[in-house]
Amino acid sequence: MVITMAHGSGGAATSELIDEIFAKAFDNTVLNEMEDSAVVEGSARIAMTTDSFVVTPLEYPGGDIGRLAVCGTVNDLLMRGATPKYLTCGYIIQEGTDVELLRRVATSMAETAREAGVTIVAGDTKVIEGNGGIMINTAGVGFVPEGLEISATRIQPGDVVLVSGNLGDHHATILGSRMNITNQIESDNAPLTDMVATLLAHKIPVHCMRDVTRGGLATVLKELSDSSKVTITLEEESLPVSPAVRDFCGLLGLDPLYMGNEGKMIVALPAEAAEEALQLLRGANYGADAVQIGVVTEGIDGHGDLLVRTAIGGMRQLDVLQGEGLPRIC
Amino acid sequence: MGIETYIDYLKNYDGPDVTFMEVCGSHTAAIAKSGITKVISPKIHLVSGPGCPVCVSPSGYVDRLIALARQPETTVCTFGDLLRIPGTSESLNEAKGSGASVEMVYSPMDVIALAKEHPDQTYVFGAVGFETTVPVYTVLMEQVESEGITNIQVLTALKVMPPVIRWLCDNGARIDGFIAPGHVSVISGSKHFEALSREYGIPFAVTGFSPKELVVGIYGLLRMWEQRQKLLAEGESLTKNFYPSVVTHDGNVIAQAKVEKYFEPGPAVWRGMGEIADSGLYLRKEYAALDAGSRGLDEDHKINKACRCDQVLMGKITSEECPLFGKVCSPLTPQGACMVSSEGSCYQRFLNR
Repeated sequence: MVITMAHGSGGAATSELIDEIFAKAFDNTVLNEMEDSAVVEGSARIAMTTDSFVVTPLEYPGGDIGRLAVCGTVNDLLMRGATPKYLTCGYIIQEGTDVELLRRVATSMAETAREAGVTIVAGDTKVIEGNGGIMINTAGVGFVPEGLEISATRIQPGDVVLVSGNLGDHHATILGSRMNITNQIESDNAPLTDMVATLLAHKIPVHCMRDVTRGGLATVLKELSDSSKVTITLEEESLPVSPAVRDFCGLLGLDPLYMGNEGKMIVALPAEAAEEALQLLRGANYGADAVQIGVVTEGIDGHGDLLVRTAIGGMRQLDVLQGEGLPRIC
Repeated sequence: MGIETYIDYLKNYDGPDVTFMEVCGSHTAAIAKSGITKVISPKIHLVSGPGCPVCVSPSGYVDRLIALARQPETTVCTFGDLLRIPGTSESLNEAKGSGASVEMVYSPMDVIALAKEHPDQTYVFGAVGFETTVPVYTVLMEQVESEGITNIQVLTALKVMPPVIRWLCDNGARIDGFIAPGHVSVISGSKHFEALSREYGIPFAVTGFSPKELVVGIYGLLRMWEQRQKLLAEGESLTKNFYPSVVTHDGNVIAQAKVEKYFEPGPAVWRGMGEIADSGLYLRKEYAALDAGSRGLDEDHKINKACRCDQVLMGKITSEECPLFGKVCSPLTPQGACMVSSEGSCYQRFLNR
């Protein structure tokens, strides 16, 4: 069966779609009330965020748009030290979408939400004309402990920068799928819940965390160096990239520094706390490949810089991604 | 010798100033990313030549693609980089925004699927590239022929390296040695550059793309340059292959035969340099039905009079010496082609300052 405009009418077909797919997948006491809005328990400090997800293909090695839509929002909450609690989701579905695909996406979304420890408490469905696509918006609420200040502006000279694992996996997966390239690369899309919870539970003095998404590590760290007005110097040889992704990038002329992930984060923290933090990250879910990649020094003339020392000892200054990261021609 | 020995030699070089040019977009990017210029002696100057196929395509080619994309029942397909190259009044991307039918594809083979799905639509593939990319287009041609597909054409801007290198040598680009393109050499073989090195007494080093391969290639080039008189006197070749893991002397003869079957040389206009004899490849007459009008697209219009892309492409000035660089001209507001493509020398200079 495929989605038709009738599924967006607000009538019987809409109810059936919601009951059959979403209510079944997301099943929880708040959502099951089916009221106009969800009423939930709160906290003195909350973090809120929203993100919209558009990805082609909808299902790819290692994940799908449903998993992505949970991870993206949950990870943004986590990066401020919040414990993610509630999600809302809005589905915009194009007519012609296979209902079984929709069920798989919703089921994957529900499983990922359980893994990340969040409850999907409200939702919405719209059907539009089109050719079988799905777009999802999620908004999230998390509770922030009193006194915890983790922010893009708090990176300081004397800090070091850690990354939780290999770069570029998600980007390479999506590009590979679109180009019909068969390889072993899988998306890393994952909630960072366990890693963040472990660091905070052990009172690691984290100054800043940021998930490495679109634009890649270089874009993220350049923005952070600007926000904190510091110089971040990376060691090229310590940047973790899997051999498969490295070769993929080599073939297509892409730079792993500018390729997106959906389950990796950087952590900036005082150098003396780095070793314990690395051990904790490596013991947590999705953190096995965590390494230190750089050091933080004073900013020059009050602005931020991102530098990388190359394998042959050269120094390269990095900027944010310009335009799109496209494969080269020759 | 360990890599440190090569680096030390290049770092401590104190002879006359030398200028080496790379003529491959991937080398432009690889050199910028390696940070090698900050490691070697300031007396060794590395300049970028006309190695980015998108950058050297004249505006007339882009204009023709746009005109095709505005025709009814016609879609232009091409690689991402080409979409943003300025034509006379707009880029393909801008044309797409105002209704022209343009699709970005990742491989020429994607066009086959599109053409089969929409038999009433004609698909024109914007085929740019050097020796490296041309064999891929021959595979497209073969498939179009063997499956009897009638709604695919190509608009080509295909170019080959030796004539433009000769043109540079003849037109005052003072180059002491060439970092010969690794990818082109995979197809054409290191022999591709032997006649030039003999004729002009200039060394060519076929080089790979990793930082260490670049160090070895540039070291080899410098040593050949230093010993060129002796090598020439002894009848030695000044072309050396420092990328033997993938490049052979004769290259990929199967690919060369396919190119020979479909394409023939002809004059081509290079952005900022004008027409260079035999520097282009065009579909042979037997395949004229597949050609969407690739010959004679000579117009070469500058969108900003102060743009000095042409000088940059010839290695006569560095990107920083262009008055627009980093000011009005940036990757988000490119005034010339060198700032558009990720293989363009200005783009790489901007990103890796």
